[in-house]
Amino acid sequence: MSELVLQVKDLKVSFSTVDGVVQAVNGISFDVREGQTLGIVGESGSGKSVTASAIMGLINRNSADMSGSILLGGLDVLTAQEREIRALRGREAAMVFQDPMSALNPYYTVGKQIAEAYEVHHPKSSKKERQLIALDMLAKVGLPKPSECIDEYPHQFSGGMRQRIVIAIALVNNPRLLIADEPTTALDVTVQAQILELMMNLQQEFGSAIILITHDLGVVAEVADEVMVMYAGQTMESSKVQTLFDTPSHPYTRGLLGSVRSLDNSERGALHTIAGNPPSMISLPGGCPFHPRCEFASSMDDLCSSVQPTLRVLPTTGSESACHLNDDQLLSLGRGVIHD
Amino acid sequence: MTNPVVLEAKNLVKYFPTVSKGLLQRSMDSVKAVDGVSVQVRAGQTLGVVGESGCGKSTLARLLMRLLPPTSGTVLLDGADITSLTGRELRAVRAKIQMVFQDPVASLNPRHSVGQIIGTPLKFLKENSASGAREHVQELMELVGLNPEHYNRYPHEFSGGQRQRIGIARALAVGPQVIVADEPVSALDVSIQAQVLNLMEKLQSDLGLSYVFIAHDLSVVRHIADEIIVMYLGKVVESGSPSEVYGTPSHPYTQALLSAIPVADPRAAGTHKRMVLVGDVPSPIDPPSGCRFRTRCPRAQDLCALEEPALIDRGQGHPVACHFPG
Repeated sequence: MSELVLQVKDLKVSFSTVDGVVQAVNGISFDVREGQTLGIVGESGSGKSVTASAIMGLINRNSADMSGSILLGGLDVLTAQEREIRALRGREAAMVFQDPMSALNPYYTVGKQIAEAYEVHHPKSSKKERQLIALDMLAKVGLPKPSECIDEYPHQFSGGMRQRIVIAIALVNNPRLLIADEPTTALDVTVQAQILELMMNLQQEFGSAIILITHDLGVVAEVADEVMVMYAGQTMESSKVQTLFDTPSHPYTRGLLGSVRSLDNSERGALHTIAGNPPSMISLPGGCPFHPRCEFASSMDDLCSSVQPTLRVLPTTGSESACHLNDDQLLSLGRGVIHD
Repeated sequence: MTNPVVLEAKNLVKYFPTVSKGLLQRSMDSVKAVDGVSVQVRAGQTLGVVGESGCGKSTLARLLMRLLPPTSGTVLLDGADITSLTGRELRAVRAKIQMVFQDPVASLNPRHSVGQIIGTPLKFLKENSASGAREHVQELMELVGLNPEHYNRYPHEFSGGQRQRIGIARALAVGPQVIVADEPVSALDVSIQAQVLNLMEKLQSDLGLSYVFIAHDLSVVRHIADEIIVMYLGKVVESGSPSEVYGTPSHPYTQALLSAIPVADPRAAGTHKRMVLVGDVPSPIDPPSGCRFRTRCPRAQDLCALEEPALIDRGQGHPVACHFPG
């Protein structure tokens, strides 16, 4: 097994607001190893972006309650000093955000922004050296004519080109972990294909681990090795990518897969849907957070609404699932209904 | 395909003038947002409009709605020219053709209750008695799957999917024939998208509605449309039934769009050959000569720069605007 890059244990994050306590992340654990791509899938409000911010140490400890641990580069991000975290950011872990326009500073040239990220970890580097590094990075992320681009401002680029620049900034210090939070959601589908291809090529070249946060199961299927499905701040299922699509082992995963429209499927019949809406993160339902929308909950007496299921390994597939259904029931979820 | 045509656009053109100020001279340019687009929407059917940002699909929607005056071209509703109607006559048209917007947050007034939002079009477009309005609004709420008791609630008290249902109820209030839906599910989560799409299909079959369904997502359109047009830089590059456009895509842009969609099947990821387009969409102020797609086209030849390909059937069974379809 390759080296462990990140270890998250029982992470909980909650925010106090005037309306009540928002329980954004409720006890999730996962590991990321070198060269691995972990996909985190979930809908709005499932806690995936809060998880990413927590790993990067971007959540203000005065405004949030956090517990558990996040081990990154030999430090626990939750308890480390800001100075120590700053040394990790960029070098151990770097982040690519969803909206490339708001991630870049409109007042500085892109060359300056790449050079600045490099300077943080190489304070003794010369201006000339940083200039060369910036040129090199622009070429690596596939910008045409890097020598001209380097002196241009973010607004002079298209959305896809801006996202390439953001990736260049993230990778300039050769981080061991790249966290990409919906990196292609704001982009057109043909540009999305370009960016995903670029990220995969750069992963080969730099050998970084990637956490890819997305709501798009198609993107996950294409690039991830492992997938973690989140709902209401909890892990519902965690599987190898192929296993997840072949034998989903949680009713929520099954619902998500069913909602995906297939291009090959020309039938116009009604789409499979998940009834109802995601819960309010202020007043989560008791027991399993998914039970009010789950089609199996009614057949389990009151178990689902009273007892929160814990993640357990299904021996046949190696998947982890947090559901009260028994192993045989979970394994039969994927049959017939979804891949027909 | 025998259904009568409800809404038709002939050779629609929309240029937005832009003024670029130089140091010594001011030059007038124009953004060629929609450049000669003709479409037909048939009764009870759905026209899907697909394209990426900047291809002119939202401008087309606004032209069809008469929210924007076209630079040239005509819009016909039930065979009658509505291109230059104003005032009372235009309002009568508005009762027949309504719109659902992409962003359910921005398109609902946060200070109006749901009852007011859905009731407003009734007030302006139909002379309903005030007492009947509330009942009618509550019927509409029930029709789109909202709880009629929430009549007095405000938009922020609803989730994204429910807000989009409010937007649909508002569009249905005046009993339109045609609904123009501009990316109605793009802002919603996947599981909620499916709910809203199912609702729209059910309403279509129950009420006999015609839809113009605009999307950047080809899989959504495939699911709902009877007829599809693919747009690039203000022009239609390919049109046909879903099985024609998806089964035998013949324009290189349609092919690239289709191959760019991530496939939700990891096994296919390895075998699936992707056609990745190079570069970006050129500026609509100064589109390329000849075929507008040629700058990114893997099949471009000299002819493409000289002559603009017409949207005609070139032996594919459906119209394609490409000199070298395949």
